[in-house]
Amino acid sequence: MTTQTTAPDAASTPATAPSGLIGIPPQIGRALATGGGILTVISTFLAWTWTSAFPGDLTVYGYPGGLQVLVLIGGALTTLFALASYGVKGLGWLVPAGADGAIKFAALATFATAWYTVIAISTNLGGVVNLEPGGYLVAIGSLAALLGALALPFEHPEADPIDPDDTSWEHFKHRAAHRWTTVKAAFASGTARPVGKLPSYVEILIIVAVLALGLFVFTYGIGTEYDELFIGFLLTAGFGFAALNKSGLIAQASQITARHQNITVCGAFVAAAAFPFTQTDDQYATLGVYILVFATVALGLNIVVGLAGLLDLGYVAFLGVGAYAAAMVSGSPSSPFHVHFPFWAAALVGAAASLVFGVLIGAPTLRLRGDYLAIVTLGFGEIFRITANNLDGTSGPDITNGSNGISSIPNLDILGFDFGAIHNILGFEIGRFANYFFLMLVITAVVVLVFRRSGDSRIGRAWVAIREDETAALAMGINGFRVKLIAFAVGASLAGLAGTVQAHVTYTVTPEQYLFAGPIPPNSAFLLAAVVLGGMGTIGGPLIGASLLFLIPNKLQFLGDYQLFAFGIALILLMRFRPEGLIPNRRRQLEFHEDAEAPTVLTKAGA
Amino acid sequence: MTTDTTTQDTTPGAPATGETVLDARGVTMRFGGLTAVRNVDLTVNSGEIVGLIGPNGAGKTTFFNCLTGLYIPTEGEVRYKGTVLPPKSFKVTAAGVARTFQNIRLFANMTVLENVLVGRHTRTKEGFWSAVLRLPGFHKAEAASRARAMELLEFVGLADKAEHLARNLPYGEQRKLEIARALASDPGLLLLDEPTAGMNPQETRATEELVFAIRDMGIAILVIEHDMRFIFNLCDRVAVLVQGEKLVEGDSATVQGDERVVAAYLGEPFEGAPGAEEAAEVAAAEAETETPAVETPEAETSEAETSEVAADDTEAEAPEAEADDAETADAPAAAADTTTDTAPGKENDR
Repeated sequence: MTTQTTAPDAASTPATAPSGLIGIPPQIGRALATGGGILTVISTFLAWTWTSAFPGDLTVYGYPGGLQVLVLIGGALTTLFALASYGVKGLGWLVPAGADGAIKFAALATFATAWYTVIAISTNLGGVVNLEPGGYLVAIGSLAALLGALALPFEHPEADPIDPDDTSWEHFKHRAAHRWTTVKAAFASGTARPVGKLPSYVEILIIVAVLALGLFVFTYGIGTEYDELFIGFLLTAGFGFAALNKSGLIAQASQITARHQNITVCGAFVAAAAFPFTQTDDQYATLGVYILVFATVALGLNIVVGLAGLLDLGYVAFLGVGAYAAAMVSGSPSSPFHVHFPFWAAALVGAAASLVFGVLIGAPTLRLRGDYLAIVTLGFGEIFRITANNLDGTSGPDITNGSNGISSIPNLDILGFDFGAIHNILGFEIGRFANYFFLMLVITAVVVLVFRRSGDSRIGRAWVAIREDETAALAMGINGFRVKLIAFAVGASLAGLAGTVQAHVTYTVTPEQYLFAGPIPPNSAFLLAAVVLGGMGTIGGPLIGASLLFLIPNKLQFLGDYQLFAFGIALILLMRFRPEGLIPNRRRQLEFHEDAEAPTVLTKAGA
Repeated sequence: MTTDTTTQDTTPGAPATGETVLDARGVTMRFGGLTAVRNVDLTVNSGEIVGLIGPNGAGKTTFFNCLTGLYIPTEGEVRYKGTVLPPKSFKVTAAGVARTFQNIRLFANMTVLENVLVGRHTRTKEGFWSAVLRLPGFHKAEAASRARAMELLEFVGLADKAEHLARNLPYGEQRKLEIARALASDPGLLLLDEPTAGMNPQETRATEELVFAIRDMGIAILVIEHDMRFIFNLCDRVAVLVQGEKLVEGDSATVQGDERVVAAYLGEPFEGAPGAEEAAEVAAAEAETETPAVETPEAETSEAETSEVAADDTEAEAPEAEADDAETADAPAAAADTTTDTAPGKENDR
């Protein structure tokens, strides 16, 4: 009966004036957040450590470098949001959905990155003695900003009444749940006010700016040179994105991009095409082209999984079929067919081979539903790999050259443009991988086009209907089997198309590239993860999901054997806290917004 | 006792019944040892509204599923305008028979307009290549589909909610949307499976008007319903299904006056009724085990919903059985009165 005293306690909390998470008066908290932000910004211009042994050279006064830049960005965001919350003229546009949630996340971003840096310096170099005054200053400044931000008032949620008959364990659970909802409420923010009609050139300029920012963030992330910088990048980018989201800027930007969809899509491709020009050597273009292959295949899988709702766990086999088909007609010396097709013919052969394979697998298996389909496709994916392994001349006819694969695939040559050579375009050196990056971008464009157009048509609606309720869809006159087979075949041939380029990029095609699960993407498990993590049924989702899933294991080499473990944990956490994926489908968004907020134009493309 | 017998068999201005649209002959459906539907004949003529009633578990929905190709009848055949219906539900829809579902089955995450557009599927042809290449015909066909869909939404009164998600509609409007979606396939015969289940009297009235309006479009209608007032107001002819067999068929007055119908609904075995003894036996067994025998096969075909359906059925069945028991006591009195009063009307009057 001692617990009864807690019940009136919990009930009385909302009655008091709205307060922050920690007991600092709101006015002081706001001032603290602003001051802390400014202090952090200043401290990034100071030296944080005395030696350049820590990567990024944080010893220079007056010139932020490495992790300091990230902290600077976080501090600047915090300061700007805090000033906007004071109602400073000209900053109101920054916070269309209220400033407090944004300040909290921005301060969190700054704090996480700054303290991560300080701790990393101390552990790397052996002790806090290695910190210069700037290091202490940034730690204090960012801590002050965070404490100040957490003191900002918010609407406390009402606690459910406690049942006095419950056991103390239930009381504990109840209080924990309430504490959790309070924390969530502390970081919540309102909905963004809708953007007024701007002149269309202004809107297009905004789109260009957003795309340029996206390109910059992506380029920065791909170009991070050491583990600490990449982790700092993830912290800043993750919390910074959340801060922008809470400020309502993301919602406004997506409203504007929704008004100019075609421009946004074209602009995104221009921005992507600009990526090789931002690189000085071919090192990161290599990553770029691998990401693009992975993302394109994930987008193809999104037709099968996201639109038609067919869970395909052997999708990587179609990539393999395309790659093998292209490799065999590429004139490689280890190919049994000594022919050399031009690229367009090889691409057709690859896509057609995947199409045939897709129909052969789909025809018997698509009569199954749900889990059964997943298991059978998983089996077929493995069958492909094992067959390719065995067609080596000893266990079977010599077609795929067994586990050695088809090697020394020559570089492509389209209309005299040699993909293996370095070209000079507009004064920029464009190397081998950058060449393939451009080619892959064309393939991605094809997949995006197919996805958008087929999704918004009779056949796309039939796919979604089958996904939603197969029995009802059949009763509406949809030939379920046929429509599903089309989805399967389209997905397969798009993956095959991507495979034809992949074969040339990697020089060699071996069965071990096309596993169900493995540390290196693309494999079936990672492809599916990219789709689910990014957001099913969207274009942007799989692209972002694939980029993250490729970059994170690639950049965090120190994780070593724990990569898959970390990946699993991350996936579980994401599915717990954001089940709709990073970029939710607009349908799903609609579910949470009633009448008034339903946009007049609904597209399947979440981008 | 609320059901008034004043309702007449036909409504004024009903179009003259013409050619036979639906002709089911000797339809029998067996699931293993269980015969859910036995040798049922039913015809629906153009411009006619035919009702199908019967106690729970009488095999009405099973019979519906036989008509729409979800089940293939063990014996007998179903003809639509003279041709035998194919045994696939999408082909049946293409032939011109549309249906709604007892438990609403909309595409919840699609918009209202998209739901109706899916219904247009059989009447449009654009395939994958047309969608990707956006050939000139594509935009024309798409615009035509949208125009037709909006017309239908206007017809059922949902035009202003075209961009809402189907799941966000209130219950009554979801029913309307299901009807609009079924109408989108330009059917010659519309099968409605309990269109007023769970509706209040006003909504039922509105549905009634909607059904009459559909009939006036020249579409024949076969409707399953428990609401007796609704069915006797609406239908030109009513067939009564009991224990899988057709007990009686005729206009409302005939059916309401038939003592076997009264008996079947009240659970009292009536001498001379076909299969009355078995019926009583099965009913008793059903009441005991609470297993919805006839629904079992349905659960098989739609695995996704097994638990849901089963749960629904047990819920629905339990109070029903109680009600039956309670009313059995009244039965002799009612029979003695020899009124045409049909007690079940009250039971289902929502």
